[in-house]
Amino acid sequence: MSAAAAPLVPAPEFPKRHYLNADYGIWSWLFTRDHKRIALLYLASVTVMFFLGGAYAVLIRLELVTPPGDLVSSETYNKLFTAHGVIMVFFFLIPAIPAVLGNFLIPLMLGAKDLAFPRINLLSWYLYMIGAFFALFALVHGGLDTGWTFYTPYSTVFSNSAVIPAALGIFVAGFSSILTGLNFIVTIHKMRAPGLTWFRLPLFVWAHYATSLIQILGTPVVAVTILLVAFERVFHFGFFDPNRGGDPVLFQHLFWFYSHPAVYIMILPAMGVMSELVTCFSRKRIFGYPFIAMSSLAIAVLGFLVWAHHMFVAGISVYSAMIFSALSFLVAIPSAIKVFNWTATLYRGSISYQTPMLYAFGFIGLFTIGGLTGLFLAALGLDIHVTDTYFVVAHFHYIMVGSTVMAYLGGLHFWWPKITGRLYPEWWARVSAFVIFIGFNLTFFPQFILGYLGMPRRYHYYPEEFQVLNVMSSAGASILGVGYLIPMVYFAWSMRYGKIAPANPWPATGLEWRTSSPPPPDNFRETPVVDEEAYDYTVPPKEPFLV
Amino acid sequence: MSNASALQHHFESLEQQKESSTLGMWVFIAQEVLFFGGLFATYTVYRVKYPEVFAAASHHLNVTLGAANTAVLISSSLTMALAVHAAALGRRKQIVAWLLLTVLLGAAFLGVKVVEYQDKFEHHLVPGPSFSGHVLHLEGEEEKQAQIYYSLYFAMTGLHALHMIIGFPILLGLAVFAWKGRYGPEWSTPVELTGLYWHFVDIVWIFLFPFLYLIH
Repeated sequence: MSAAAAPLVPAPEFPKRHYLNADYGIWSWLFTRDHKRIALLYLASVTVMFFLGGAYAVLIRLELVTPPGDLVSSETYNKLFTAHGVIMVFFFLIPAIPAVLGNFLIPLMLGAKDLAFPRINLLSWYLYMIGAFFALFALVHGGLDTGWTFYTPYSTVFSNSAVIPAALGIFVAGFSSILTGLNFIVTIHKMRAPGLTWFRLPLFVWAHYATSLIQILGTPVVAVTILLVAFERVFHFGFFDPNRGGDPVLFQHLFWFYSHPAVYIMILPAMGVMSELVTCFSRKRIFGYPFIAMSSLAIAVLGFLVWAHHMFVAGISVYSAMIFSALSFLVAIPSAIKVFNWTATLYRGSISYQTPMLYAFGFIGLFTIGGLTGLFLAALGLDIHVTDTYFVVAHFHYIMVGSTVMAYLGGLHFWWPKITGRLYPEWWARVSAFVIFIGFNLTFFPQFILGYLGMPRRYHYYPEEFQVLNVMSSAGASILGVGYLIPMVYFAWSMRYGKIAPANPWPATGLEWRTSSPPPPDNFRETPVVDEEAYDYTVPPKEPFLV
Repeated sequence: MSNASALQHHFESLEQQKESSTLGMWVFIAQEVLFFGGLFATYTVYRVKYPEVFAAASHHLNVTLGAANTAVLISSSLTMALAVHAAALGRRKQIVAWLLLTVLLGAAFLGVKVVEYQDKFEHHLVPGPSFSGHVLHLEGEEEKQAQIYYSLYFAMTGLHALHMIIGFPILLGLAVFAWKGRYGPEWSTPVELTGLYWHFVDIVWIFLFPFLYLIH
């Protein structure tokens, strides 16, 4: 406070004109074509969906505190886990990192003024909102009880719930995802700054490139499949109806052809965030850059060849099951390449334990557990034992929540100063990172044991001997919920009261840190020229070229 | 007319803008291929499973109408290509004429399609409770399986027709802009890319015609 403590560097100042104050009023947001503003529109909408999906999880965990099905009826319970799955998968996990962080950062990282198709980018958000509207309509209009997988013939013939609006919502939201992927692919190909060659790209961009390929090539298949389900339900067409010689297993093939790669739509961007965090907070060039970049593509390609491991007990032939089992093991290779390279980056790095890095550490641990248990499930014999048990539930939550949500939060903290121009309160952020880590493990680790002991998923009652582990899980869920609420509060607080952030607070490499925080509407004063490799932490960070 | 105004603010040059748009359309077509790919995969599975029923069910389709329609659609691709050519040369009236002719041929195709659909309705070949295998001389299990063929017939030709219907307002919009002289040697990318889309929709039909009409 006194003049004696004169700072060595001038205190950062808020830039006079930036993307947030370039224009005012609700219409300037609803009709914006600025990728940064669209990212914030997505941030607000996926956050709402996250807490809504979380509310359904709370109800599920409340029901499972006691062995008898006493809180809700079994029909209601079916609707609860379906709603939780549909909201979290299609309206939070798939768009979360690409549509929020990817949207905001890819043009900045490339030194571009915007994505290649700004209007299509805005259209993506509207499609997402329309899709979300239909899905929410389904939830209030009687709910949906098919599970998020829409298996036929239950979804087409027997279910009395709101299948059509939910299917329509997912169909429309799918095109939002496709168009985002299309925008990213074209932008990454055509809009890189001079000197920014493919192997100088941040690994975040590589990860999003791989993700976009899956969005482009996988999503249309599930879109048309869902359309066929709708035709069958509404017009009584016959595609998957066993009464007319149709094959319900064909539906599962088509569904999982997208929905397994969809897991990589969730995890690849998270891995991209990880690569940025680990290298920055180790102050060291990332180890094995080309291997991490190529492993993203390898995951995208291999991800298309493993879908039938969701169907080992669905009546597929034993030979096809064996091949899909073997192929599923292959995905472990590029995934492990990434984990080993991050770990090697840590080795002899000068590590600092700021909040984003705490999330990165959390990711490495949880992803390793989630990935290794994935190998259990890829193994044919073991999978038959644990199919449709809580072991599967625990496994995919370790990947989808333990990994993707961890990376999403880590990335949100890392780039928060860039997005808002304000710093978040570090102490609270560290506390919440720990709370989330503890809450997460307490929620989901017991579920591995429950599943291994034979507790099936999707039932609202269970035998007495499973109660201790279920109570642990529900207690963990309440801790996890608190952990997620804390950042909501301090992020909101920091938008107004947070300390003003410098252009490069960490300091990190990458073009996004060389423009002001928050960036001007066109991102850079002049088109940047890149003359160095990515992640060169051997030299002091370059001066921002602003003002 | 020179076209500095066609350059959007976030691109460095018209060249970059053109390359981006072109790549964007190809990526979009890639996603379309996968979209129809799901249908073709479903078709393949059932065709292999029920070859006789598929052949019997397809015999009711009118090959003459289908072949004529194929010719109409290929002609519309030709007129579209001529529109693209005229746009690259900046021949205003020619662009408009070829675009309108493309729409006309497309409409003719859909008109024939309506006639064909009507026939299916009259003969109880629309899948569902009122479906009857009577005209196909199929009964029992085979009558039921024939519904899969007609479900695919309506889904595939219906989605193809929907793609054409989406094309019409785009083609008409292009014609309006062309009339105002927006396209010339420097900038004719929108016409070119719409042409790409239109050709893709034609190619889908080139696959649908033999798969649905010419089964033995």
